[in-house]
Amino acid sequence: MMPHELLKVVALVSVGAHPVTGRPRRAEQDARAVELGLCLAGKHLHLLHAGDAESEALRGYLGMGLAEMTVLQQPLHADILPALGSYLGATDAQLVLTGSQAEIGEGSGMLPYLLAEQLDWPLVVGLAEVESVKGGVAQVLQALPRGQRRRLQVRLPFVASVDSAAPKARQSAFGPAQRGQLQSQKVAVVEDMLLSEASMQTARPRPKRLKVIKAKTGAERMRAATAKASAGGKVLTDITPEQGAEAIFALLKEEKVLR
Amino acid sequence: MLDTLLPILIFCALAVMVLGAWRRLSLWRQGRPSPVPLIRGLAAMPRRYLVDLHHVVERDRYMSKTHVATAGGFVLAALLMIIVHGFGLHNRILGFALLGATVLMFVGALFVAKRRRNPPARLSTGAWNRLPKSLLMFSASFFVVTLPVAGVIPADMGGWVVALILLIGVAWGVSEMFLGMTWGGPMKHAFAGALHLAWHRRAERFGGGRSTGLKALDLDQPNAVMGVEKPTDFTWNQLLGFDACVQCGKCEAVCPAFAAGQPLNPKKLIQDMVIGLAGGDDASFAGSPYPGVPLGEHGGGPHQPIVSQEGKGLVGADTLWSCTTCRACVEECPMMIEHVDAIVDMRRHLTLEQGSTPNKGADVLDNLIATDNPGGFDPGGRLNWAADLNLPLMSEKKQADVLFWVGDGAFDMRNQRTLRAFVSVLKAAGVDFAVLGLEERDSGDVARRLGDEATFQGLAKRNIASLSKYHFNTIVTCDPHSLHVLKNEYGELGGNYDVRHHSTYLGELIANQRLNLGQHKGGSVTYHDPCYLGRYNGEYDAPRNVLKAIGIEVKEMERSGFRSRCCGGGGGAPITDIPGKQRIPDMRMDDIKETGAELVAVGCPQCTAMFEGVVEPRPYVKDIAELVADVLIEAPVPQRSATRSDAMEVH
Repeated sequence: MMPHELLKVVALVSVGAHPVTGRPRRAEQDARAVELGLCLAGKHLHLLHAGDAESEALRGYLGMGLAEMTVLQQPLHADILPALGSYLGATDAQLVLTGSQAEIGEGSGMLPYLLAEQLDWPLVVGLAEVESVKGGVAQVLQALPRGQRRRLQVRLPFVASVDSAAPKARQSAFGPAQRGQLQSQKVAVVEDMLLSEASMQTARPRPKRLKVIKAKTGAERMRAATAKASAGGKVLTDITPEQGAEAIFALLKEEKVLR
Repeated sequence: MLDTLLPILIFCALAVMVLGAWRRLSLWRQGRPSPVPLIRGLAAMPRRYLVDLHHVVERDRYMSKTHVATAGGFVLAALLMIIVHGFGLHNRILGFALLGATVLMFVGALFVAKRRRNPPARLSTGAWNRLPKSLLMFSASFFVVTLPVAGVIPADMGGWVVALILLIGVAWGVSEMFLGMTWGGPMKHAFAGALHLAWHRRAERFGGGRSTGLKALDLDQPNAVMGVEKPTDFTWNQLLGFDACVQCGKCEAVCPAFAAGQPLNPKKLIQDMVIGLAGGDDASFAGSPYPGVPLGEHGGGPHQPIVSQEGKGLVGADTLWSCTTCRACVEECPMMIEHVDAIVDMRRHLTLEQGSTPNKGADVLDNLIATDNPGGFDPGGRLNWAADLNLPLMSEKKQADVLFWVGDGAFDMRNQRTLRAFVSVLKAAGVDFAVLGLEERDSGDVARRLGDEATFQGLAKRNIASLSKYHFNTIVTCDPHSLHVLKNEYGELGGNYDVRHHSTYLGELIANQRLNLGQHKGGSVTYHDPCYLGRYNGEYDAPRNVLKAIGIEVKEMERSGFRSRCCGGGGGAPITDIPGKQRIPDMRMDDIKETGAELVAVGCPQCTAMFEGVVEPRPYVKDIAELVADVLIEAPVPQRSATRSDAMEVH
């Protein structure tokens, strides 16, 4: 799609961390959101960050060819959601793009959901492409597993998160990155209640169900690799809540989730 | 009649020439400032021309003799002609001298004409084919008009028809030789070339010196455009240098990218810069085009972008990214033009301003920023190759005689064999050495050649900070690219070191009898000179001496020494990977096969990787360190302890 100069697009960006060295950088998914935004709105794309305007890593986004970025000044452990929500609510933004999950901090991936809820806008998860925008309605492609795409019609304004299905971010150039302006704005700071009482611990890798390969021929392996993850199980209809709860309880026992 | 017309003709031509010179100077002055000593440069120019430039031209005896006769004859004839015919000083002795000069020039011009009868493909045709005729015309007409001055024939012989014919001849000759010199004919090379030699940006190259390190970019001026976007972003003496080109095509003949069919021809690139300087398009270029790029589609002007994102621009980006920075063109250029500097200057703009490093370029640069190595490996694994070697670390020893710079080959399993071989030799010789270990980072070579000066300077400054913590006498490395950067490019950023290639150091160990070596028992061996060791650092002898010491008689390739052909691995070329008709390493492997050698000795991790990427059957590829380690006799050398204490006294 050609750059749509009338569409007001905002990309939310965060400071990322390199997976090997942990050095600050532009976050991979956020950069993809910026790339999508640049394809949609060109130089009119509005970059927004809530955090520290002194972070040099933010310049990585400016290096993609943007002259400035708005930074809502927030301390490290603040809840940035109210600040973002009230800022976006007051602008005429029509499309807010975010990554799916931050690379540092909580990284819960909840921000797009909570933000959409606060703004009372629709949310598209896994946006892959915006095909057209006509009469206040956008036709977009949503990425599903195994390369599938779902075509959606969404009314503006809406929030969309991108993941690795969105186009890869362009190279960040040093010159524009140095010249770009980080426009800092003072906004109200809300303390993150959860963070103030909870403690952080390093994530452990999630347990994975071992995949036992039963296939004997190449064709079978191919089928197993390309087949949809079969859900199995059964569909229970017309039962009482108690019966349903018992069925779930029995399944959890069977799967050894409960002992 | 001639006595009246000749002075008018000569002085008019000289006046127009001066006008042209002024215009040409103002074209060059559009470039960025570059401080060079103007007067001292002019004073040094004759020597630079007669010694340094002649030294390069002398490689082609035919052409050097031809040029001495033609140019020498012309300069002499021009000066005498102004005195004799311009000022009318009809002295008989001067007349004979002028006759002699024109004869000399005529003979030279005959040889120029002979070369032009069946010219090699590298030579430009067009206006350059006209030049021998003009030279002959100039010398012949002035010979005849000077005959009466010398008193050989009476002044009034021939009548007005002959006088008219002579006048036309003189006019033709004078316009080519004088007007063409400053208004853009083939003779422009004499005017621009002389000033280019005087105000060369690498004056160190004259008098047998070497200057190969790229010049640093000032990154602290964020409002200035970084690198070269438009022709006027070059420094004024770079623009002047482009104008000095004689289109001899020696660069084209040696360029590995051109031979591989990639869209680069160094001669055309320089001519495109000349077009950009004055404005126009390349339709009238009379030489080989960039392979696969037709003439007439590209054009530009002094204030237009050289590489255009939309449309055609002056040159395509692929042309700039095809260069392997092997410096073969610079080495061959009789006018001492700096092609590689210009290419990297333009690449800097593409990377630092446009963010358009092609193919894997952006990934490699991101890796260098995030992990200090181009492969994106965990920097904590930098010393894994030596897990069992118990290498002494600088952070523990604080000082050592030799700092062994490992380089990014530490992450490459093939190069780890070379590194381990070299360590075994160092240990056998009892060298007091240590490595930086995890404090070492990529030298910044690839980042700089890809135009990312910011990443280069970042890496360089951190490496210099690490190195400054320790005391050592020498840095030794197995990687000529690290060697070049540490030795020639860190200086400008505050790091000055004595850096040696491992072949140089092995040569010293052998010469000091600190190694007990057997003889090589394998088949015949040839040696490939790495660009960054040879042309960049002038080390041609040490690797050959080491090979000789282990009983290898090198079967030399036709293109070896300073004419060595690039392996295709330099300048980030494997990363930007511009397609051509064939691969550069395949061509070099053909050179190697031609010698009939069963093994090729190398001294560079890039060359090793490129050659081992050539499909078998082909000669084996072994680093010099591996060849030495193979014949190492691990018995104590009798005088080792004595030599060691000798070495310690150097501290």
